[in-house]
Amino acid sequence: MTASHDVVIVGGGGAGLRAAIAITETNPRLSVAIVSKVYPMRSHTVSAEGGAAAVIAPDDSLDEHANDTISGGDWLCDQDAVEAFVNEAPQELLRLEHWGCPWSRQPDGHIAVRAFGGMKKRRTWFAADKTGFHLLHTLFQTSLQHEHVVRYDEWFVTKLLVDDGRVRGVVAIELMTGRIETITANAVILCTGGCGRVYPFTTNANIKTGDGMALAYRAGAPLKDMEFVQYHPTGLPFTGILITEAARAEGGWLLNKDGYRYLQDYDLGTPSPTPVLKSMELGPRDRLSQAFVHEAEKGRTVDTPYGQVVHLDLRHLGAEVINTKLPFVRELCLDYEKIDPIRELIPVRPVVHYMMGGVHTDLDGATGLDGLYAAGEVACVSINGANRLGSNSLPELLVFGARAGNAAAEYASTPSGPSPAVLAQAREETHRLERELLNRTGGREPISTIRTEMQETMEENVGIYRAGDSLGKAANRVRELQERIHSAAIEDHSRTFNTQLTAALELACMLDVAEGIVHCALAREESRGAHQRTDFPARDDQRFLAHSLIRRDPDGPPRVEYLPVTITRWPPGERIYGR
Amino acid sequence: MSERSERTTSRYTEFYPELYRSPISIFWWLERRSYLLFVLRELSSLFVAWSVVYLLLFINAVRQGDAQYREFLDWAASPWLLVLNLVSLVFVTFHAVTWFNLTPQAMAVRLRGRRVPRSWIAGSAYLGWIVVSAFVAWLLVGA
Amino acid sequence: MADRITLQVTRYRPEQEAEPSVQEYEVPLHKDWAVLDGLNHVKDHLDGTLSYRWSCRMGICGSCGMTVNGEPKLTCATFLSDYAPGPVRVEPLRNFPVIRDLVVEITDFMTKLVKVKPWIVREEEKPLSDGEYLQTPAEMDEYKQFSMCINCMLCYSACPVYGLDPQFIGPAAIALAQRYNLDSRDEGSADRLDVLSEHEGVWACTFVGECTRACPKDVDPAGAIQRYKVTAAMESVKSFLMPRGDR
Repeated sequence: MTASHDVVIVGGGGAGLRAAIAITETNPRLSVAIVSKVYPMRSHTVSAEGGAAAVIAPDDSLDEHANDTISGGDWLCDQDAVEAFVNEAPQELLRLEHWGCPWSRQPDGHIAVRAFGGMKKRRTWFAADKTGFHLLHTLFQTSLQHEHVVRYDEWFVTKLLVDDGRVRGVVAIELMTGRIETITANAVILCTGGCGRVYPFTTNANIKTGDGMALAYRAGAPLKDMEFVQYHPTGLPFTGILITEAARAEGGWLLNKDGYRYLQDYDLGTPSPTPVLKSMELGPRDRLSQAFVHEAEKGRTVDTPYGQVVHLDLRHLGAEVINTKLPFVRELCLDYEKIDPIRELIPVRPVVHYMMGGVHTDLDGATGLDGLYAAGEVACVSINGANRLGSNSLPELLVFGARAGNAAAEYASTPSGPSPAVLAQAREETHRLERELLNRTGGREPISTIRTEMQETMEENVGIYRAGDSLGKAANRVRELQERIHSAAIEDHSRTFNTQLTAALELACMLDVAEGIVHCALAREESRGAHQRTDFPARDDQRFLAHSLIRRDPDGPPRVEYLPVTITRWPPGERIYGR
Repeated sequence: MSERSERTTSRYTEFYPELYRSPISIFWWLERRSYLLFVLRELSSLFVAWSVVYLLLFINAVRQGDAQYREFLDWAASPWLLVLNLVSLVFVTFHAVTWFNLTPQAMAVRLRGRRVPRSWIAGSAYLGWIVVSAFVAWLLVGA
Repeated sequence: MADRITLQVTRYRPEQEAEPSVQEYEVPLHKDWAVLDGLNHVKDHLDGTLSYRWSCRMGICGSCGMTVNGEPKLTCATFLSDYAPGPVRVEPLRNFPVIRDLVVEITDFMTKLVKVKPWIVREEEKPLSDGEYLQTPAEMDEYKQFSMCINCMLCYSACPVYGLDPQFIGPAAIALAQRYNLDSRDEGSADRLDVLSEHEGVWACTFVGECTRACPKDVDPAGAIQRYKVTAAMESVKSFLMPRGDR
């Protein structure tokens, strides 16, 4: 069975919805479809809390936002992309406001901005502490007025169809009925988000399994900067639930087991009672997570049944501030830790949060494959470089979602039409799904075993600090798991909403992504931003002021090449925080 | 494979969803205390209607003069009517209490920019009830 | 506290059976575990064929609504220890057709969402170069509560009216309509009036109030509906006293 559209968007979160709206508003005659494995309002954009940065205050400037982003990214950001990003972010956030997004306000009715990690000026717009939730719901509800956007809700894309170097469509399973359908398109935009579930402790939802990255990788598009995995310094132990950076922006302190604000020992500034921008707790996420590892090594972190933690102290903020500015944080602590942050310390630890790397794209979301675009966390433009600043990823969804949408729409006006080769590929994929998965018998191990082993391997060997030999071990283990998954047990042979099938598909995607992360980490012999090698502790701009590009090789290990970073006006310097 | 009864054999067709719709019992309102209270609250409106009718009959009897009034009082003293009126009193009280408690949810009143707390809105309804009842009592007993 | 608890989970495999049945699973009882953690343990270690929806596990995505011991709950925010020693009955969300096991069909709700026009409607759009629409914190307070809906549909599950009459537009849809009606930037109240004041709109609601009780985000949909009844009634009176030719 086949359906056909001009543009197919895979993923219905912030980037996907923004792309769809961009296309339908500027090119109403194009047929646009959003294919998402979950209903759009379940997309992970919904759980972002802190805010979205854009220059709006009179004492702020685009150059300063760019500078903060570039130095925050340890100079691995493409500066032309960053310049375009900071330039367009304010308009995008304003557009959201016009669409109804309830940004928090100053008493006079103007939009309020707050401080955030790594930013020298206050420029983070926020909607209480549920910014992602309000952003996603605003986008989704706005998209509902565009009746021509077709939605395939709960359809799981399993393969990109490529012919003659050009992407021609996708194969997807309708989860409710088990129907496997081919959807041909003139252009495909991947907006499937990141891959936090490759690690055991993550703020990410269950659905963040790197599907789009794997799809592109398998289709021959290169992935970029996969070794840069962001650990957010404050996640709850056990669940990994995010405690937003906004808690620190409002004045929260990070304390070790002696009640000492330990960040002062790590060149992040000197403690002051109120938060100082770009200092101490408002430093960049990679440095804060690394400080935690050192504190743990010195034995100064707190021991709990769920591992080592430090404490986030919000008590001095007072009930008024917590209830107005951080109500969701309080709710989460009460529900999941049985702790009231007004009176008690919150146990936190670094957890995987964001993937700086992803499908390599240019400023307009175009990937290495004709007809394939990507935007959002799945893509790597790169504006985040080696470490993303908090509150940059929500505007990234909007800016690059719109850009990719417009670029794809333009490209899609050159029709493609399903060639016999494409239909043959689709049939082959359908047979693979039915034969190898739906009808698999005699599988030996549970999917969860393979998944847990992958996660443990990644956390142990590809975590905050890495070393060549353990990375090598990880590469071998990932290879082994990729073999073992072929004989994982799939006992559910139902067509109807088969979540064991989707778990197997997602695990296969995660293993491909893990392969990308490990090999890029092995190849980069320096320490920069979120990638820290104990055997190469210094930053090496001579060899590595470049993006790692990894491509799948059918006959051996993946190939890693380097693409120089685009530098325009900010030559690499030292990252200074707290001074 | 064990035998399945006809009832549980599926009529599934591949690729067509066979959605299951669970039937709702006629006694759905007995399943939860909150549902039961709701149905009683709705039922109480019948007794409110009866109280109004009774009051009108009462007024009519008064209007028609002494003899009619005394006949009415005799009728009102009959056991079944007494029971009916007692039950009505209970239900009308229940009706009033539940509606007073629900009123704040239906009204968002703002005074000088801050939302008036629910207890004030419900409280003012109770206060009004007490004041009017006190007045009626005074009319009947005092005056 | 014992260290294990039994989950009685509804199973429904349309290819194999015409009606749901119950299957029991014994899972570990940790004090931090939510019902969802119990279900994940079943899927990962006991029975991989159990199907259910979940995503964020922090009560914000709205995927994991199910009926737990007869009450509609978000399974990620409902803790096993509150039901100790158990057993815990886990069923799909009531009032929705069941696709499979604990997965229900929600297209009815998705259709109703669109009907209430949940977007900013304005006569004239302000250009972006003119900046934001001003909105004071007090103006935001008017609709803020109704904007918190995560579309989890626990309210539809709790509502007996929706159960008896699936045409009822439902609590979340009306609350969302109110969120826009009361937003100072919106001018679309008249556009939403027709749908809301239909027989299956607000007037089907008899103020049972279960929706507000079930709501995990304190949206108070019952309040939204009753307040809208007042608005709709006033509109009726106004249009009767001062009829306008074309509306």
